[in-house]
Amino acid sequence: MWCANTVKNMNRHTEDNSRFNEPDGMGATAKVQAGLAARYRKERRFRLFGLAAIAASLLFLVVLLGSIVAKGYTAFWQTQILLDIHFDPAVLDVNNLATANYAALVREATLRLFPQAASRQDQRALAKLVSTGVAYQVQEIVTSKPELIGSIIPIWVVADDEVDMFVKGYIPREVPENERRISDKQAAWIDQLAAAERLRQGFNATFFQAGDSREPELAGIRGAAMGSLFTLAVTLTLSFPIGVAAAVYLEEFAPKNRWTDLVEVNINNLAAIPSIVFGLLGLAVFLDFMHLPRSASLVGGLVLTLMTLPTVIIASRASLKSVPPSIREAALGIGASQVQTIVHHVLPLAMPGMMTGAIIGMARALGETAPLLMIGMVAFIVDIPHSFSDPATALPVQIYLWADSPERAFVERTSAAIMVLLLLLLAMNAAAVLLRNKFERRW
Amino acid sequence: MNEALCPLTDGAAMSSSLLIALILLLSSLAYWLGCRRAVALAQRPSAARLHSRPGYYGVLAGVWCGLPALLIVAVWHLAADPLLTRMAMNGVAAAKGVVSPDQVDLLVNDMRNLVAGNVVMHEVDPLIQAAADQYIGLQRLSDLALATVALATALAGVSLFLGRIRPALRARNQVERIVKIVLTLCSTFAVFVTVGIVLSVLFESIRFFQQISPADFLFGLKWSPQMAIRADQAGSSGSFGAIPVLAGTFLISGIAMAIAVPLGLMSAIYLSEYASSRFRAVVKPLLEILAGVPTVVYGFFAALVVAPAIRNLGGLAGLPVASESALAAGLVMGIMIIPFVSSLSDDVINAVPQSLRDGSYGLGATKSETIKLVILPAALPGIVGSILLAVSRAIGETMIVVMAAGLAANLTFNPLQAVTTVTVQIVTLLVGDQEFDSPKTLAAFALGMLLFAVTLALNVAALYVVRKYREEYE
Repeated sequence: MWCANTVKNMNRHTEDNSRFNEPDGMGATAKVQAGLAARYRKERRFRLFGLAAIAASLLFLVVLLGSIVAKGYTAFWQTQILLDIHFDPAVLDVNNLATANYAALVREATLRLFPQAASRQDQRALAKLVSTGVAYQVQEIVTSKPELIGSIIPIWVVADDEVDMFVKGYIPREVPENERRISDKQAAWIDQLAAAERLRQGFNATFFQAGDSREPELAGIRGAAMGSLFTLAVTLTLSFPIGVAAAVYLEEFAPKNRWTDLVEVNINNLAAIPSIVFGLLGLAVFLDFMHLPRSASLVGGLVLTLMTLPTVIIASRASLKSVPPSIREAALGIGASQVQTIVHHVLPLAMPGMMTGAIIGMARALGETAPLLMIGMVAFIVDIPHSFSDPATALPVQIYLWADSPERAFVERTSAAIMVLLLLLLAMNAAAVLLRNKFERRW
Repeated sequence: MNEALCPLTDGAAMSSSLLIALILLLSSLAYWLGCRRAVALAQRPSAARLHSRPGYYGVLAGVWCGLPALLIVAVWHLAADPLLTRMAMNGVAAAKGVVSPDQVDLLVNDMRNLVAGNVVMHEVDPLIQAAADQYIGLQRLSDLALATVALATALAGVSLFLGRIRPALRARNQVERIVKIVLTLCSTFAVFVTVGIVLSVLFESIRFFQQISPADFLFGLKWSPQMAIRADQAGSSGSFGAIPVLAGTFLISGIAMAIAVPLGLMSAIYLSEYASSRFRAVVKPLLEILAGVPTVVYGFFAALVVAPAIRNLGGLAGLPVASESALAAGLVMGIMIIPFVSSLSDDVINAVPQSLRDGSYGLGATKSETIKLVILPAALPGIVGSILLAVSRAIGETMIVVMAAGLAANLTFNPLQAVTTVTVQIVTLLVGDQEFDSPKTLAAFALGMLLFAVTLALNVAALYVVRKYREEYE
């Protein structure tokens, strides 16, 4: 249709051209010349628009990544305070290690640093400088080395998240005292600690080793990462074999009929359905009908399998298509059966492409959040999951949960978790590209 | 799968996965036995040649061993739990004289909690406790019976098959037939998933429409799904008019498309018509990074960077901007969709044959004139198709709007105000504890059906446009 129009246009141009040669009036060449400057201007403007569009898109990318890195890179360090903890034999003895009042030991150690803090209010403010998790840290130390009881040991302990934010400069000093979470007195103490070299920025190992927590300084992504790992394991073990099998059937065996058409239309449609609808399916079928455990990575994996299967099938089919028919004909020609041809010759040649597709599908599954919200993987889970049926969250869900938390320190951690997630995705995509470049064959 | 089918104690889950592992072990043993038996047959002095290679006999032996046993396990798990529950609850229902199925459900739940060892709030009814004990006993019995039956089937299968191995047995053909059946089954999954989606959404929607009339849902102008918990509560009557929600969805999608279509299309045009191949090789993957960023990241970006920026800008300009304005969510969603539009349009523009460009240049047209008058018209169906797909993507996008758009269903087209979308409502209605019967929960499924229908229609329309108006160049 458009082609026809174009031809019509061309015809009109030809007529114009024939008129160009007529000698009367202003010459056609002159007419063209007269409009040329304006047309070139238009051309340059159009080109500029294109460049501007690309520049704007890339600018968005830079702002997006830049703002996340700028907000998040500080989360990999954590403020620590050097406390001289007295493993007081009056509080501790070998028999009550599990129940002793470790918080009191920590409080005493902070008090010893600032003996001038006499009033109850001051003491409470002082105790707030260190994290509540420190008591458990101390307990661990004593439990592993009971012989320390009675001695005074200097230990670097994690500071409270507000102190951390203050030291990192997120809580500005200029703000009036009643509008910030750190009082002037606490600020002065922090300055004294810094002057006495009792304050340092240490690597935030907690972030990689702990599960979720209400206290930002104790929260980590380990639990979410394990949840993601279990979920992806389920997704990969189900979607790769099923996807490859479906692709092989559709590409190599399927007769051309209505049923096959229906299957193909369905696969293409599933690839374009919003992910949250898969979540609804998971909720209604896996949880409500089949009574699978809520919040389990098993169910998450099943839902993501349904979601990634179309991707895997489409990639696998493309990869099978790229294997030239001559390979099949050669194998069939020397007497291999169809199944043998496929298993011995076509599949090995198509495998790199299929694996690339699977990796890209997994990367998408790793970043997916919405369907997991539907099946209850959004709960607050402190424990690190150890099996497929344990309650779990996934990395993107953890990001969503932290993004909703009001504490200032969680902003930093959310951004850091995003950086980890993006790095994982980048690694997966790089692996896919490498795989493709290494094994891609042009026939 | 199996441990999941049985939602009860860890012990049961353990035993069934152990059973499956045992069956798989047995069938690999059967594979080895089958191979050996075939080789032994072939090595007999008087024997004919084997029809197939020994491995095929092995595979067949493994299938005979594993398949029936695994089927029995699957069916058993599907059937056992309801049966056991009924057997255990028989006494309770009779003793309590309850008739309504809801009450029975309640009692069954109590019993399940007891069985699973959950903390039960109220005092334990001795009848229920007895039922729970009976259930545990029955379950142990059932597990034991299942293990015996399944393992016996596996052994019977393999011994039966080993006896039937002859050199003339067409093992390869049988294996290939099984392979083909498995492949065919795998390929039908897409149909099952679609049917599953339609059915699951449809059933709940029907239950919803039994309580709320479809006309009220589709044309109602007020959306406030909070139902009154007590009858005397004021202000939360629960009205389910979807129009404000739909309007919000289209507003945000519209803003997104207003950003994504010009930027995406112009990028695609520049990349395919103007850019040098080196520029293209660098920029195209960079643009595609935008598509690979998880939506939750965009949501965070929208809520923490874009929304405050827009609010501050609005403050400077003296405009009242809601903190969860539609503009912020739409803008970020537009950024997300740029690569989607650009890569699809890029493909379409590249598919326009060079001869059309050459013809146009030959007539003295500039590059931009060629693009505007020749290439774009020729590529239009594909571009329209890609835009339709992008719209369907924008409508179904969840995380950005959940994190950056509002919850209140305002019927407005002012992009500076907060609006809500279909996906936001689904998430807020379904996340957290919910009862499965209240219209509030069911409304989420009705919205889900709406979402499914709209995106499906858009996808089909995109496909239709592309197919119907596509130019075939040779």
